[in-house]
This record gives sequence, structure tokens and C-alpha cells, in this order.
Amino acid sequence: MGILGVIAVPVLVFIGLGAVMGIMLAIASKAFAVKKDPRIDEISDLLPGANCGGCGFAGCGAFAEAVVEGKASPSKCSASDEAVVGKICAIIGIEATKTVRMRAQVMCSGTPENARKKYIYSGIPDCISAATLGGGDKLCPNGCIGLGTCVRSCVFDAISVVDGVAVVDYEKCRGCGVCVSACPKKLIELIPFDSRHWVGCKSVENGKTTRSYCDVGCISCRICEKSCETDAISVNDNVAYIVYDKCVDCGACVSKCPRGIIKSPDEILKSLAGVK
Amino acid sequence: MTNILLIMFAAILTENFIFSKFYGICPFVGVSDKPSTALGMGMAVCFVMTVSNAVTYLIYTYLLLPFDLIYLRTIAFILVIASLVQFIEMFLRRYIPQLYSALGIYLPLITTNCAVLGAALLSVEEGYNFIEGTIFGFAAALGFTLAIVIFAGVRERMKYADPPKCFRGLGILLIAACLVAMAFSGFSGISFE
Repeated sequence: MGILGVIAVPVLVFIGLGAVMGIMLAIASKAFAVKKDPRIDEISDLLPGANCGGCGFAGCGAFAEAVVEGKASPSKCSASDEAVVGKICAIIGIEATKTVRMRAQVMCSGTPENARKKYIYSGIPDCISAATLGGGDKLCPNGCIGLGTCVRSCVFDAISVVDGVAVVDYEKCRGCGVCVSACPKKLIELIPFDSRHWVGCKSVENGKTTRSYCDVGCISCRICEKSCETDAISVNDNVAYIVYDKCVDCGACVSKCPRGIIKSPDEILKSLAGVK
Repeated sequence: MTNILLIMFAAILTENFIFSKFYGICPFVGVSDKPSTALGMGMAVCFVMTVSNAVTYLIYTYLLLPFDLIYLRTIAFILVIASLVQFIEMFLRRYIPQLYSALGIYLPLITTNCAVLGAALLSVEEGYNFIEGTIFGFAAALGFTLAIVIFAGVRERMKYADPPKCFRGLGILLIAACLVAMAFSGFSGISFE
């Protein structure tokens, strides 16, 4: 066998082997093609396609499949508005259920001039990484680290870090809740979209300790609890918490709070606009 | 018959792929979180390794040997195994959807797994015939499954352990793997000669 044979034989054999395998796979993909329900594609087209994972499925495609199979309700997609959910319900032929639009809210007001730090962090710019170093650079163990893990988790680009604290752009937020699980400090909560008040603190330390950490921490003085006429705000675990089913947005607690941490969106919206 | 039993015994225990040959360490560390996922991966490997050993034996004997191309066996086997796994995946998806949903996510993972390739290569190097080679592939995969499931059990217990900070994560994982491997090395003294 000459030099030509030494090269030609393996090349030919492998071309043949590759061709046989390729043709076999091509035939198989046709022969074994799985018939897909056309409704799955229709629903996928309606969904936001951001694959945020807020519904608990692997992505919009998996969610569409589950909806068609009846395993998930269309309203589980919190990123779609009522009109889209209504259309999806029409495709699979069920009654649309009303959903409450939610938005994410960062429950911390600890900007650098208010919240004191215990060390200067210069590691990887990520909250999870910083949180492993003594729980972050802020003295308060429940303070926003402000390195933007939630910013990167948001597929709708709705979060930004303003003055060391994460802030949600309510217009962009679809309430999917991915940031809620991304935050290592568990500072982000989903609250009804049109609720105007929230408590900008999550410190569970007692009043004296919180006071030493931060100038705008909840000191559990319970003045808000006494001022509320509908029992919508109460102090548990040393921090005030609003029950949104009961809150009537009267604003009585806002002016009473000695630390000024019961907030309403306008001021935050203004501060977000100031950055732009 | 004794020959086949010996091959199986060696492949499962004394020459265990993970603990004595160090093949397939990637899935061993990657999918040994829970015994259930480990078992799923093990089943997929059993399935693929048995079929791939049978097919690669045929390719080796009737294609590579006649053309004197044994030196290209590695690349030929990779090609065959990769397309075979794809083929099996499509077939299962169409005809046995239950099995597909059970093995589905693991099948593409083992397309290029070194343990599958290693079984095929070892089988021809040992000069096994068709039956022996297929049995060897199945037994080696059983050994793989045994190792990965045992280790998943160990990992479940480890979740509640409180190791020093510097050992947490991969560190304590590799130490535990080392201890299990040492336990397995006890089998290597057994001989039937």
C-alpha cells in the first residue's frame, strides 16, 4: 500500500462512517419527529419570552407546555398583563382569572450617610460574595449590600443601585420575583402594584442595636401600630410590617414614624429620575 | 459462564470505573446531589454503555480491523457513540416518552462521557468477544451506578455536617470521595485465579 493508500483509506472510511451516521440521524429526526401541539407555539409567542423563571418552570417554552397540558394556570406568569393572560386562556379554552399585579420592593433605606459600615469591602463586586464575608460591609446584618446581584438577576432591567441601595423601577417591574430569591439578604418583597406604602427596613435587631447600626432603621417603637386605624401595620421581630389586605393607604403612619422609614413611591420615583 | 461472571465482578467491584480507574469523575461530582438524580444518571449510563459497547465492537471488528485502522479507534468510537446517543434520544422521545422524561436530561450529558468511551476502548483492548464486551459495558455501568448512588448517600449526610470553612464545598466532597474510594480498594485484593 503506497503513501496514497495510507492517507486515502482512513479518510474514505471515516467519510463513509460519518455519512452513514449523518444520514441515519437525519432519517431518524424525520421518522421519530414528535407531533407538537400547535397551541404551545401560539402561547409561547404571547408570553414575554424573557425566560425569567418566575412561574417555577424552566422557561417560557416549558411554561407554555405546562399550560397546554393543564399543569399550570396562565395567571402564573406574573410578567404577562391581564390582556395576555386573557388571550392565553382563550387559546386553551378556560375562564380567565383575575390577578393582582405585583411589584418588587427593596425593604432597605440604608444609604451610606445613614447606615454605618464595619469594613471596606474590595472583593468581587457581588452581594453573595460580600455576604459571605461577615454578612457584608454594613454593620446592619439586614442591610442592602448594594453590589447589584438583584440588578443582574432582573431580566426586565428594572433594578438599579442608587446611592448604595437597590431601587426598583416600578414601570419596568413585572413582579416575576426572581430578584426576591436572588437577594442574599432577603430584602426584596413582592407587594401589590398600587400599594403606596411600605416599611423601608428589615432590621430584626432590637431598637438600641438598630440605632447603633443605622439612622433610618426600625426601632420597633410601635407608634405606627398605634396610629393605624385598620390594624394593617404591626411590629413583629422588632420590625414593622404592613398587611396589604388591610392597608387603606391613609398615610397616617407615614408622618408618625420617628425614623421616617414608612415610605410612599413618589419620593423614590423622583430619586430614580434624578439619576437618569 | 464463569468467564462472564468474572468480567462482571471485576467491572463492578475490583476495577470499578470511578474508584479505581477514575473514569467519569465529572458526572460523579456533578450529579451526585441526591440519590434519585444519581440513580437516573446511572440508569442512562447503563443503557448507553451497553448499547455503545455492542455497536463499537461491531465497528471495530468489521470496519477498523479489515482496513487496518485500529490506531484511529478513539476518534471512530467518539463519532459512533455521539451519534448513537442522539439516535437513542430521538427514538425514546417518540416511542417511550416515559423513559425519555426519566433519562432525557442525562442522555445528552453522557454523549461525550469518558466512562462510555473508556468502556468501549477497554473492551476491545482486552480482546473481549461480542457477548463479553456487551456484558462488560453493562457491568461497568452498574459499577458506575453503584459508586454514584453510594456517594450521593454520603453527600446527603454531609449536608448536615459542619466542616471547617476552608473545607466547605468541593474540598470536603473530594475528601469524602477519597474515603469511599479507599473503602472500595478493599475489593482489589480478591482474586479467583
